[in-house]
Amino acid sequence: MIAVENLALRAGDFTLSDVSFRVAAGGYAALMGRTGSGKTSLLEAICGLRAVVGGRVIVQERDVTGAKPAARGVGYVPQDGALFRTITVAGHLSFALEVRKWEPDRTARRVGELAELLGISHLMRRTPHGLSGGERQRVALGRALSARPGVLLLDEPLSALDDDTRKQMYSLLKRVQEHEHVTVLHVTHSRSEARALADVVLRLVEGQVMEATPDGSD
Amino acid sequence: MDSRDTVDQAPPSVGSDVPFYAGLITVSAAYVLLIVAMLVADTTFTSIADIGRVLSNDNVRFSVVLSLVTCTVAAVLSVAVAVPIGYLLSRHSFRGKNLIDGVLDIPIVLPPLVIGLSLLILFQTRLGKGAEAAFVAVIDVLHVNDALGLIGVRPIRGITYELPSVVLAQFSVACAFAVRTMRVTFDQIDARREHVALTLGCTRGQAFRRVVLPEAWPGVITAGTLSWARSMGEFGPILVFAGATRMKTEVLPTTVFLELSIGDVEAAVSVSLLMVAAAFLVLAVTRAFGLRQGLF
Repeated sequence: MIAVENLALRAGDFTLSDVSFRVAAGGYAALMGRTGSGKTSLLEAICGLRAVVGGRVIVQERDVTGAKPAARGVGYVPQDGALFRTITVAGHLSFALEVRKWEPDRTARRVGELAELLGISHLMRRTPHGLSGGERQRVALGRALSARPGVLLLDEPLSALDDDTRKQMYSLLKRVQEHEHVTVLHVTHSRSEARALADVVLRLVEGQVMEATPDGSD
Repeated sequence: MDSRDTVDQAPPSVGSDVPFYAGLITVSAAYVLLIVAMLVADTTFTSIADIGRVLSNDNVRFSVVLSLVTCTVAAVLSVAVAVPIGYLLSRHSFRGKNLIDGVLDIPIVLPPLVIGLSLLILFQTRLGKGAEAAFVAVIDVLHVNDALGLIGVRPIRGITYELPSVVLAQFSVACAFAVRTMRVTFDQIDARREHVALTLGCTRGQAFRRVVLPEAWPGVITAGTLSWARSMGEFGPILVFAGATRMKTEVLPTTVFLELSIGDVEAAVSVSLLMVAAAFLVLAVTRAFGLRQGLF
């Protein structure tokens, strides 16, 4: 589950204050809002990448407000994936596991499992250079999921993809959520994307998050 | 039909691009020709016999080896210092950052002679003498002089007017260029990749080592090459701080000066061509490495 209680944060001249919402364990929530409304900043605050000046962040029933990003148990896919340029696809999938010093056999099994789930087994020796948009997002997803986080945060993961690829990714994301049993918070501008994927749609409007109907209206 | 209703079939006339490119090419060609003309002048002034005579001179051979060694040490030290400084300046804001930025540019704008003089005066202060004494103590503990003796190099008894002063003089200037290069390198690496690494379990240091440094490697090569080339060309600070002692602190630029001062212009030009050859070799190796890595 993800819960944000009375969260306040500042980024330069931009502020969010008294933001509260909750996503139930295993749920898939879409977060919508105008450009510049603070969606990315909110995601970064939940990850621990942006300091908060008030309120709490709760992940999997734990107050992680003061915790480092590494200790929050979240998987994060930023806009355009932010893949590591010098690391192969296999290296992306094993990155979090090597940091945690998993045994090589266990790492290899988990990497193989993710590669099959995401349909990227044929890309394992490639570096990000030359991968298509859809392939890049699959690798970014696999990297975020490898250490089995309880929560997955996606920042407009499909915005740069063409319609056909985006539709393929809808079914992939649902399959991934069911397989990995993660709670998902997915930032998007697209109502059709929110309708296709989310159980609940949240809208960030003037610093407040409110639940919207699946077509994005309040 | 009203002439205003007539669609203009002919495209509007657009000025020629020829004057623009003629200007660019003229300026570029003039500068390239100046460099080529200097090299041709040097090459035609000397001869193979002169170069052979110079290379058979023990002083010059010592100077070549000393230059190669000290430039390499200064370049390695410059990169080792420039990487952390460049990263801090690129990634973090802090009070006094602009001042620190300005201070780091000082070795670039100061006349090299002034840098040498400043180093000389620094090592006459109590702080400098203390640092020199500590350095000598470390040299003794590590038996560095025993190792130097095996390769025929005089023992190190201090810093000023000794071998370490050559390295320090070269480093003091070269490092400033390396810092600028590394700052730009880290500025060009998206910080979000480090952020993702933090969410994957990394500490800041791990994120730097596993994600940022591999991507910064081309910049590190460039900074090292720049530092090496800059060190090779240093003369003023070395003359003031290390002196121009044959077989002790004489590097190639010093050799050019000493040969000119005794009127042996042919020898001075021959040594200059050796420096040009060394610079070409370093650039060629760096470019070959860079092409293989897909850097250029």
